[in-house]
Amino acid sequence: MKSNKNLLDINNLDISFIQARGAAHALRGIDLTIASGEILALVGESGSGKTVTSMSIMGLIPIPPARINKGSLLFKGNDLIGQPHAEMRKLRGKEIAMVFQEPAKYLNPSLKIGEQITEMLVLHLNMSKKQAVEKALEYLDVVGLGKSRRVLNSYPHELSGGMKQRVMIAMAICCNPSLLIADEPTTALDVTLQLQILKLIRNLKKQFSMGVLFISHNLGIVREIADRISVIYAGKIVESASNQSLFEDTLHPYTRALLQSIPDAEKRGHRLRAIPGSVPDAENIPSGCSFHPRCPLAQDMCSQEIPLTKDYGNGHSAACHMVH
Amino acid sequence: MHRFVEIKNLEKTYYGHGIFKSLKNAVKAVDRVSLGIEKKSIFGLVGESGCGKTSLVRSVLYLDPPTAGEVWVDNTLLGDLPASGLRSFRQRMQIVFQDPNSALNPKMNIQNSLEEGLVNRGFDAPRRKKQVSRVLDLVGISPSHSTRYPHEFSGGQKQRIVIARAICMEPDFLVLDEPVSNLDVSIQAQIVNLLQDLKEDLGLTYLFISHDLNLVAYLSDRIAVMYRGRLVESGSTDEIMNRPLHPYTLKLFSSIPGMEITAMTADAGNMPEFSSDGVKPVTVDTRGCHYIDLCPLRGRECAAREPQIETVHGSHKVACFKINKCM
Amino acid sequence: MDASESDIEAIRAKLGTDKPILNQYIQWLWDVFRFDFGHSLTSGRPVSELILERFPLTLTLAVLGIVLSIIIAIPLGVISAVRRWSFWDYIGMLFSQAGMAIPSFWLGILLLMLLSIKYRVFPLFGSGSINHLILPSISLGIARAAVLLRLTRASMVEELSKEYVITARAKGLTERMVNYKHALKNALLPVITIAGIQLGYMLGGAIIIEQVFSLPGLGRLFLFAVYQRDFPLIQGGVVFVAFVFSFINFTVDILYSVLNPRIRIT
Repeated sequence: MKSNKNLLDINNLDISFIQARGAAHALRGIDLTIASGEILALVGESGSGKTVTSMSIMGLIPIPPARINKGSLLFKGNDLIGQPHAEMRKLRGKEIAMVFQEPAKYLNPSLKIGEQITEMLVLHLNMSKKQAVEKALEYLDVVGLGKSRRVLNSYPHELSGGMKQRVMIAMAICCNPSLLIADEPTTALDVTLQLQILKLIRNLKKQFSMGVLFISHNLGIVREIADRISVIYAGKIVESASNQSLFEDTLHPYTRALLQSIPDAEKRGHRLRAIPGSVPDAENIPSGCSFHPRCPLAQDMCSQEIPLTKDYGNGHSAACHMVH
Repeated sequence: MHRFVEIKNLEKTYYGHGIFKSLKNAVKAVDRVSLGIEKKSIFGLVGESGCGKTSLVRSVLYLDPPTAGEVWVDNTLLGDLPASGLRSFRQRMQIVFQDPNSALNPKMNIQNSLEEGLVNRGFDAPRRKKQVSRVLDLVGISPSHSTRYPHEFSGGQKQRIVIARAICMEPDFLVLDEPVSNLDVSIQAQIVNLLQDLKEDLGLTYLFISHDLNLVAYLSDRIAVMYRGRLVESGSTDEIMNRPLHPYTLKLFSSIPGMEITAMTADAGNMPEFSSDGVKPVTVDTRGCHYIDLCPLRGRECAAREPQIETVHGSHKVACFKINKCM
Repeated sequence: MDASESDIEAIRAKLGTDKPILNQYIQWLWDVFRFDFGHSLTSGRPVSELILERFPLTLTLAVLGIVLSIIIAIPLGVISAVRRWSFWDYIGMLFSQAGMAIPSFWLGILLLMLLSIKYRVFPLFGSGSINHLILPSISLGIARAAVLLRLTRASMVEELSKEYVITARAKGLTERMVNYKHALKNALLPVITIAGIQLGYMLGGAIIIEQVFSLPGLGRLFLFAVYQRDFPLIQGGVVFVAFVFSFINFTVDILYSVLNPRIRIT
């Protein structure tokens, strides 16, 4: 029985995309929970379904061509699936906000930064323009840009990459959302900026008591920031655990293979243990356990039956026939 | 006697355009960089955006001839070669870029893409086909797929094809500019293994550029760190990994989760908020050390003069007044 | 009866054609600089006077035509893009296809027949009042609108597929704000540029429309000049049109930089 104290409670969410060339089974029954004040990292490679997950929480998946086959998406106890468009729109930006990967592309190039922040404050919080400008300056300060009118009156291209990303974060939190979704927020940034942005997100989470869904493919970054981690592969959550458990007590072969294949100085001189093959397309998901063609532990059963998610105690669960 | 690739005091300055070619705001993308790469070794260059690594690469390959300095490859001074000589010498130096999508012509099938260079070398059709088959096999793409177009392949496969195209010309020297950054994690390892195998089997020499310090540390024999057009530190991988010295190198290390850092990083925590984000490019007028704005160790001489890169120990070199004084 | 030698000499001296080519050219440049194009061979009046006399009409016609085309094209183009493949989109596409296929003079004649001859709504010819310019500007405007509509639609569709639109939706902005405040602002850039260039063309005189509606505009003036080999007038016309067109292009560039902050001349 799932606790109602959870901010976000996704249960068996199953989504397909109907396209000309066949149906793409993007999510095949995922379970995800985020509590208030918690950072959950969703780790997966491209095509794994992480973007579909974040977009469906935001209600930004176009239906059709998407089709929600089954499942529920509870936000503060209310199922967002089937909510009318107008209701979802009111939640977006105000209760659930999102930070994207490449700020240069995700900011409107012909609107000033100030305008892009204040429009939300005016719309969602009914502020006057003047109040909104003051609030916007406060949030610019919170994200480390200072109460800068210069930034407020700038266009995106006049700011550096790091500054743009901070602006995106300011835009996302300015209406004090309960849930923040950060989709690969540091991937497009320089290395020396990444930790700063991570620290910023962690501090903001505390300051504003938000729950954070942090999406990434980089296990190193995830280790720095996440409280809990869920690993997604071909539309299914294959492993879910606390930060420490996932790295010290890895259960699922995919997670283990991923960790082993990452190069670092210690592995110098040894060949990397690369995972053979590639991530399957959502149109052609292997039968049984979708990982079985690439799995070093695969047996006959793995190609025939889809493994159920089993709980191994301490909040650590995995979906694999070969784990006992 | 030079090492296989020897770069001496390389400079690349971009001047303003227009009728009045303004020398005032000329940008110094590469500022007196010297490095040497031994044959059959991997030299790793680390730097963030704006550090000049792309300009360096273009200058080394003479795609955009350097403003000053020398580039020696296999004891041949590239600057001395006539245009035709340079063209034929280029066959020995190939490059692999970051984005396989823009590197491959979407209108050409794989066979044609790979054959293109061979035509200029005078290979006849049967010989070309054989060569293309051979390299596709080497990179793990089935030669029967050579009639397909780039969009029919996955990201990892496309990158393999780009690598195949590079080795198709039978080069000695391969420059790899962020070759795996755009790829998924599980594919990166495959490509990295492939690059290592190819290096062993074909006796290649690599200049490997990446912002991923972990990857560079894993692959390279020697590492150099670049900041705003200058080399701030260089040495063997062991030397750099065991004892990183330059404040910028330390800053890089401390930004990467999981990197073991030595005692000198006590100051790393006091680094100001913005590092190489938004720094302006170095112009001809810039004096002093380029890292001065963000350096916790800065002193008076750092503004006045430019630190030279000096040997600290063995082959470990650093360009910093403070560090060199202590050593 | 041939002209005598002395007559020819006299004319040559008057026209200045007896001086070397370089001198003639410099003299001509100097004159042009002072807006003196010489005198028309047919009417004897100063060319600059003739041009300036007719320019206001052509200007009014061109501006009316462009304004009309913008009023039709942009709203329809936006709706087409926002509601692709809907009823309005099909109307828009039909209109733009028809507008591009139908020659403007044919439309003009049709309008004349319908609204000037059959139902005496508008005058048949002449140039006295604004009434005279309604039908011609409609004929001009519709052809231009067809092109602008397609461009607006394509530009909007492209902008709506960009990432910042996803951000705008993720911020919970209303569809109206997303479409008009965010996407349209960027989508209008190429449309304005093309509209400006179209205006430039029209300012050179919409020759065919002027003929159809018997309007004393620049187009007809230059056309007759060509027929009658009135060189000073032709030269003056070419220079004038070139100047106007450059001016329009310059204005469009300025407007573009106003709308697109990245291009601002800082």
